[in-house]
Amino acid sequence: MPDRDTHHSAPVGAERSEARLAWAFVLPALSAVLLIAIFPLAWTVWESLHLHDLRMPWRGRPFVGLDNYAEALGSPRFWGALGHTAFFTLSTVALEVLFGLILALALRRAFRGRGLIRTAVLLPWAIPTVVTALLWGFLFDSRAGIVNAVAIDAGVMDAERPLVWFNSAVWAWVPVILADVWKMTPFVTLLLLAGLQNVDETLYEAARMDGAGPWQQFVHVTLPQLRPALLVTLIFRTLDGFRVFDLIYVMTHGGPGTATEPVALYAFDALFDHLRFGYGSALSVIIFVATFLLALVYLRVLGAGLTGRPE
Amino acid sequence: MRRLLGWLPAAVVALLVLSALFPFYWAAVASLTPEARLFERPSLIPAEAVSDHYRALFDERDFWVPIRNSLLVAGTTTLLCVPVGAVCAYALARLQFRGKSAILAFILAVTMFPQISIVSPLYLLLRSLGLINTYPGLVLPYLTFAMPLTVWLLVGFFRQLPRSLEEAALMDGASRLRTFWEIVLPLAWPGLATTAIITFIYCWNEFLFALSFTLGPERQTVPVAIALFRGQYQVPWGQILAAAVLATAPVAILVLLFQRRIVSGLTAGAVKG
Repeated sequence: MPDRDTHHSAPVGAERSEARLAWAFVLPALSAVLLIAIFPLAWTVWESLHLHDLRMPWRGRPFVGLDNYAEALGSPRFWGALGHTAFFTLSTVALEVLFGLILALALRRAFRGRGLIRTAVLLPWAIPTVVTALLWGFLFDSRAGIVNAVAIDAGVMDAERPLVWFNSAVWAWVPVILADVWKMTPFVTLLLLAGLQNVDETLYEAARMDGAGPWQQFVHVTLPQLRPALLVTLIFRTLDGFRVFDLIYVMTHGGPGTATEPVALYAFDALFDHLRFGYGSALSVIIFVATFLLALVYLRVLGAGLTGRPE
Repeated sequence: MRRLLGWLPAAVVALLVLSALFPFYWAAVASLTPEARLFERPSLIPAEAVSDHYRALFDERDFWVPIRNSLLVAGTTTLLCVPVGAVCAYALARLQFRGKSAILAFILAVTMFPQISIVSPLYLLLRSLGLINTYPGLVLPYLTFAMPLTVWLLVGFFRQLPRSLEEAALMDGASRLRTFWEIVLPLAWPGLATTAIITFIYCWNEFLFALSFTLGPERQTVPVAIALFRGQYQVPWGQILAAAVLATAPVAILVLLFQRRIVSGLTAGAVKG
């Protein structure tokens, strides 16, 4: 504890004691985060430079340099997983931001039923992703699912040979992407709605005075004003998309084969199904670096106008 | 045309609410439908409701065990994080000291970091400590995402509190510590409660760590238990959906009760830009 007697003595002393108190307040949480998150991260990097196979303890844990990374970069399964991750991220983020933007604009002036909207919007976000995967897995089940029932009723599917969505390398993506869009669009809407609430109404008046139509108002007023909220949303959603695990683990388990396997699932498989800790750690490091780079690119591209502009 | 446009927001709202809620409704209906009828023509209103699946869940699968595990792990993590996070967040929101913005940026960065990137050393660490398949073996890893999350949310809440009362107390000669304890904390309890709820929800929903660091049903959390449900011949949809309904229930109740606060907590930190 910093001593409190110095508090009133002099401005300099007060400042110093405030700083000391601040560090005493910050330290427990900060050291917890350093100890359980940052230290393991460094350990992952170290681990990734070794051959460490828990199934073959007699081989020890020899240092192998960048061999694990070389193996990953030479593996078609890795590149496939990277491709699936990129595809999943791009398609879900694009759909979620598009729908989220439309919904936010439509909801912006809706004052009735706010509570109902908020609940409806929060529920899909708040439930376990595992449950989302099961709900949508059930909707798309080939025999018990309502999607196939409706498709058969509409005459677009043969009742004798219903589509088994999860057996198809192409069709399996439909329920996976829809489930993510269903779960996360509400959250995106919420963030964009909060961003819209900060837009200065007088800007629209000025734009109308200048004869701007709705589309021009959207492009020249709404979008630029929404940029901070859009940036935050894009960063959150892209990083989330890149580490997707729960949804795909439960829905398709990466299958059929490895047709829908994302990198996080590939890393998990290397770690816990094959107990190859060195190689799995290398894959984990690659995921970390990729998400880090993505965040930097976003900040560079979209954040360029954010900093330095007085707001 | 104008009329039509006036109705548009209402139509969008209706569509949004319906599509958000339909999968829940459908799962609830299916969880009450006898297994044999699940594969017949689905109808929007169930012809009969039975509690077979729920009973099987507790009689055959001991579903109390994962519920107890989840409550214990999520509850303990939340109780550890909120007090420690609150002190830290107060300093970051109100006190002046060097390195403050760097710490804030660091905390935000950690909230976004992929769990998979630390799962391997955490496993080796927990194994060497003999903590695999134990409660502390889940609570400790959960701190990695829950601690930065609580700090980040609470900084947002503390910043929204009016400064005037604190300043008055300081002027009256109360120390920073006493001001925090006697003035700020009583004012901040709605923010603390909301943070606790959001943290609890995150822990309740967590999957990757719980899957990696438990070995058998005796320590599995609810999401892991449901994800690993398998039938002998076919997918036991009735039981799976009954379990999904039960896993959703506590979260749904929290959301219904506290939706306004949760939304303000989630957007406060994010949208300031």
